[in-house]
Amino acid sequence: MTIEEAENGRDDMLIDGPDRANSIPDGFNANYLKVYYGRLFPHFDIFKWMCYGNDGKHPACDKSYFGRREFSFTLDNDIYLRFQSFNSASELESSIREKCPFKIDIGPVYSVDPAKRHAYAQGGDNVFAPVERELVFDIDITDYDDVRYCCSGADVCLECWPLMTVAIKVIDTALRDDFGFNHILWVYSGRRGVHCWVCDGKARRLTNEQRGAIADYFRVYKGNENSNKKVSLTGPLHPFLARSYTEVLMAFFEGNLLSSQNILSTEERYEKILSMIPDESVTSELRGKWQGRSSNSKEDINVHRWGQLKHMLQSGKQKGQGLRVHEIVFTFTYPRLDMEVSKHMNHLLKAPFCVHPKTGRVCIPIDPENCEEFDPTAVPTLSELLQELNTGGIGADVDDEWDKTSLGKSVRFFRSSFLQPLLKSCKEEMETSYNAKLQQTKNNLSW
Amino acid sequence: MEFVRTQRVRIQTDAVSTLPLYRSAPSLEVRLEDFELYAMDRLRVLKGISDGLSRGKKPEEMKKLVDNLWKANMSHPDSSEVINKDIISHFVLRLVYCRTEDLRKWFLSMETALFRYRFLLGSSEDKRASMAEFDLPCKAVSSAEFENVRDKLNQVARSIGLPILTADAIFYKVPFEEVPELIAGRRVYIHKGYAYVAMHQVVSLVVTQFRSILSKALILTNRKWTSTIREQEKDRLTPIVEALCTSYLGPDYSQPKEFGEISVKDLDQISKSSFPLCMRHLFDKLREDHHLKHGGRMQLGLFLKGVGLKLEDALAFWKAEFSQKVGAERFDKEYAYSIRHNYGREGKRTDYTPYSCQKIISLTPGVGDHHGCPYRHFSDENLRAALDRMGVGSRAVEDVMDKVRNRHYQLACTSTFEAVHNSQCDAGINHPNQYFSDSQKILQSKNNAAA
Ligand SMILES: [Zn+2]
Repeated sequence: MTIEEAENGRDDMLIDGPDRANSIPDGFNANYLKVYYGRLFPHFDIFKWMCYGNDGKHPACDKSYFGRREFSFTLDNDIYLRFQSFNSASELESSIREKCPFKIDIGPVYSVDPAKRHAYAQGGDNVFAPVERELVFDIDITDYDDVRYCCSGADVCLECWPLMTVAIKVIDTALRDDFGFNHILWVYSGRRGVHCWVCDGKARRLTNEQRGAIADYFRVYKGNENSNKKVSLTGPLHPFLARSYTEVLMAFFEGNLLSSQNILSTEERYEKILSMIPDESVTSELRGKWQGRSSNSKEDINVHRWGQLKHMLQSGKQKGQGLRVHEIVFTFTYPRLDMEVSKHMNHLLKAPFCVHPKTGRVCIPIDPENCEEFDPTAVPTLSELLQELNTGGIGADVDDEWDKTSLGKSVRFFRSSFLQPLLKSCKEEMETSYNAKLQQTKNNLSW
Repeated sequence: MEFVRTQRVRIQTDAVSTLPLYRSAPSLEVRLEDFELYAMDRLRVLKGISDGLSRGKKPEEMKKLVDNLWKANMSHPDSSEVINKDIISHFVLRLVYCRTEDLRKWFLSMETALFRYRFLLGSSEDKRASMAEFDLPCKAVSSAEFENVRDKLNQVARSIGLPILTADAIFYKVPFEEVPELIAGRRVYIHKGYAYVAMHQVVSLVVTQFRSILSKALILTNRKWTSTIREQEKDRLTPIVEALCTSYLGPDYSQPKEFGEISVKDLDQISKSSFPLCMRHLFDKLREDHHLKHGGRMQLGLFLKGVGLKLEDALAFWKAEFSQKVGAERFDKEYAYSIRHNYGREGKRTDYTPYSCQKIISLTPGVGDHHGCPYRHFSDENLRAALDRMGVGSRAVEDVMDKVRNRHYQLACTSTFEAVHNSQCDAGINHPNQYFSDSQKILQSKNNAAA
């Protein structure tokens, strides 16, 4: 379908041409989406990714692998289609083009084709159960509402987005250095957060228990993470937390967040921090220094007050109070993960390159190595992309049309930094496990 | 495993480890009686663990509980027999609990908990032996590497409140997936996918390993069960296996407590006042024929043990009867052994427990046998006559017969109890020894009231 056809369904019909092209209105609708899925969405790259090398010629390839993956579609009218499965790239593509889902979610790989799960239900041996799934993380800025003063809810701006950047840095480093994962994809969720897909074979085969263990490794909030955001550190920090603190959190808190969010500027705000210090003598002394006084030094008031607070807590008079500094920094900056998403294999997560219906922005990958540069307000929107297609001239049947749009950079990054290295190691892993299997003598377990 | 009805042939190898990993079924011959009794004993341990866990007992309390449960149920006077009992009972319960997802799940978590605490209770030598037996995906950290990561390891130790490491500390390097609970608690240093596990944390590793091996094995057992064993063993093991998972696990009455000892001279009197029909029938037949076949000797003998008849008295009692038929010499030679055996003084030295109703009902007495449950195994005519001899009134007899027709044998026995004692029995009858003790309580309170 061309843009003209898509627009024909609307009152404000377009006439093609460079001048008029600017008039593609902002927003999100099914007609725009049809064009996007028809000409820009990287169907084949998603297919190659989800195959993990099983679409090749190697004897170790599992031909049923891609067909056992669950996709689910949320349609225009909120109709939710779960357990969709496809046997080829073209099946996937034509279904997406035809159904034009507002949202595509990716689920686990099941033991059997999820579309035929009922047929297997009687079968006995072949239980319908998830067998593989990327290790995923979901970080949502709405979970930071108690520590950001610029926005609330689904809104996000350049003042609070760095909280996401910090989360990416902390989690990404731990996934690579601690857990030894290599194939990690970070994706902008289209509105208010980021998703992370860990795709190493080892990660995909983790049990729920192991996923839960990783999620807990990252967890520093005590109590129920839904009710209590308070960080509780009881003793010297584990190397992972210590590294996160010294390499990322502290610098970010002192150099950025403190001033940008004016964390100590008003009584209401500094009281919140003082409430995190149990020692009354400390809090009353600080309160005395801060009350009714605006700083007369040129120094930023937040930085100044933070210096006083730190000095008092770390001066050594109060033993163990130094830990309170850590707690404050962690409370304001440490990543807040949606644990449930990570803990269970069968949790669905939105596919990269979907378009967020509320913002019209594409869920593009984020380069963790340069995540400070990521600007959520500059992410291409659906209407911008269609506009670029229009200005780029008519070429509906040319492959890689995205290359002419601002989506090009993202698709290229997806391929070169994520997909190609991933497929290369899938191939190696396949080779290794195939050879090992040939060698292995059957381990005959008796009852 | 082979099962034989005859005396078990001993194939005893020296036990290597006190904590077996149950990798493969042992090539032992197992007597059917042991098959079931060992399994029941282990089941008591597992149910005890399940109880403890559901009551939220702390790890230290669990450790103690498991220690007690194990000693109470799984010990054996013959130390060489202990390991066999352990292994046999595990494999029998594996059969019992392989059959559905829910059963497998329960068995897996209880056996894993049992393994965990037994491992923790073991000496460091035991621990090393268990670790060596597992094909653990771990290797000891070399001293060069240890020096490299020593700061980090110390950092972890401090963060979980442990003292600074000594130079000879032993660490293992393990893929992090193998020790999820240590990861979850940030109790280890991890680097590039490997966790550095201290010697004292090894339990997490072996438990995970144990669990995963058993989990896979249960699936295989289930396949073998459905494909071959169930059919092949339909006359022998299958009924036992199917009955076991709903086994009676109430008080086992193996240790008479409430009424102290009973002497031989009291037996005639209490058999009339307080024995359930099944035992009274056996008792009367023994007096009449001066003989009982094996099944009857087991059922009555263990019941009498539960009632409080001491071994010496039991020997005297049985000898007095049997010698009238076979002679004292033959009794000593052929029968005394099995009585001592019931009291755990011979052979495997298991202290056998009295049969429960469920077990008695499931027995299949043959020609010349008098054991089993009369409500189930007697003809209508014989049952009516027997009830009449017990003094059950005609209306109550109809009530009992009605329950029998509906195959509610324990309810029929309960009705009989109520008719004989002219008293309610709300709990129902589940065990012949319970029948006896409930009866004695009622009679005593009547005596007290009269006095
Ligand atoms: Zn903001």
